[in-house]
Amino acid sequence: MTSRIILFILGFITWSLLNWALDWQHIFIGVIVSAFVAYMTGDFFVKRTHLFTHPMRYLWFLYYVPVFLWECLKANIDVAYRVIHPDLPIHPGIVKVKTSLKSEVAITFLANSITLTPGTLTVDVDQGNGYLYIHWIEVKHKDIEKATKDIVEKFEKILKRIFEE
Amino acid sequence: MINIVGFVFIAVGLFFDFVGCLGLVRLPDVYNRLQASTKCITLGTCSILFGAFLIQGATASGIKALLCMLFLILTSPVSAHALARGAHRSGVKLWEKSVIDRYEEDRQKQ
Repeated sequence: MTSRIILFILGFITWSLLNWALDWQHIFIGVIVSAFVAYMTGDFFVKRTHLFTHPMRYLWFLYYVPVFLWECLKANIDVAYRVIHPDLPIHPGIVKVKTSLKSEVAITFLANSITLTPGTLTVDVDQGNGYLYIHWIEVKHKDIEKATKDIVEKFEKILKRIFEE
Repeated sequence: MINIVGFVFIAVGLFFDFVGCLGLVRLPDVYNRLQASTKCITLGTCSILFGAFLIQGATASGIKALLCMLFLILTSPVSAHALARGAHRSGVKLWEKSVIDRYEEDRQKQ
């Protein structure tokens, strides 16, 4: 039930932003549509609804956004440099890293963040053992521990506070 | 003033989109090409949309540009991941000068 209410609120906010006209016709249709969507698909939207009640998680999420944007900008400058450089300075390869995150949402966020940050692209996830296979455009470390330290750690600490514990 | 900042954002976005497309042509294999296209084109397009938002202000089209940014950031890494995984599973080899391939090793062990 809580999951349906959360989906209803999110759907209604998205609808209102898309229309950006607060007259009663738009609001009326928006309520009907988001209530229908929430009723039909709300069951599997969020599984652990208690996470939405902790205010600290929202603050950590707000902290995560600028960290992520900064890494994303660095990634772009790095890749742009490699592409424009006449010799193509790349040493690509697929490395394996370990993560201690367990929940699906946290691993999804981690994999997506890794894809958008310097020279790394998530190829596959092994959720049972907590391994991620990552294509790295400039392989610096081949063993698991050092690669984990370079790629995963800066996001893992924050994501753990947002989605787990 | 705000118009000038918006145009600067659009120019930066165009530059990154150009670099992304250049990477798509220059880099050697599908995984490296995905790297260039995902990162540069996500940031470039987001930057163009943000510039459009700054020029339009908080109107209907400006807010739509912001929502497009959000959806782009959510979906583009997922599609890159799906493409890379699909390519590796269907046997696309890495570039011959690649350093290491742990994924291949682990899949052969299974």
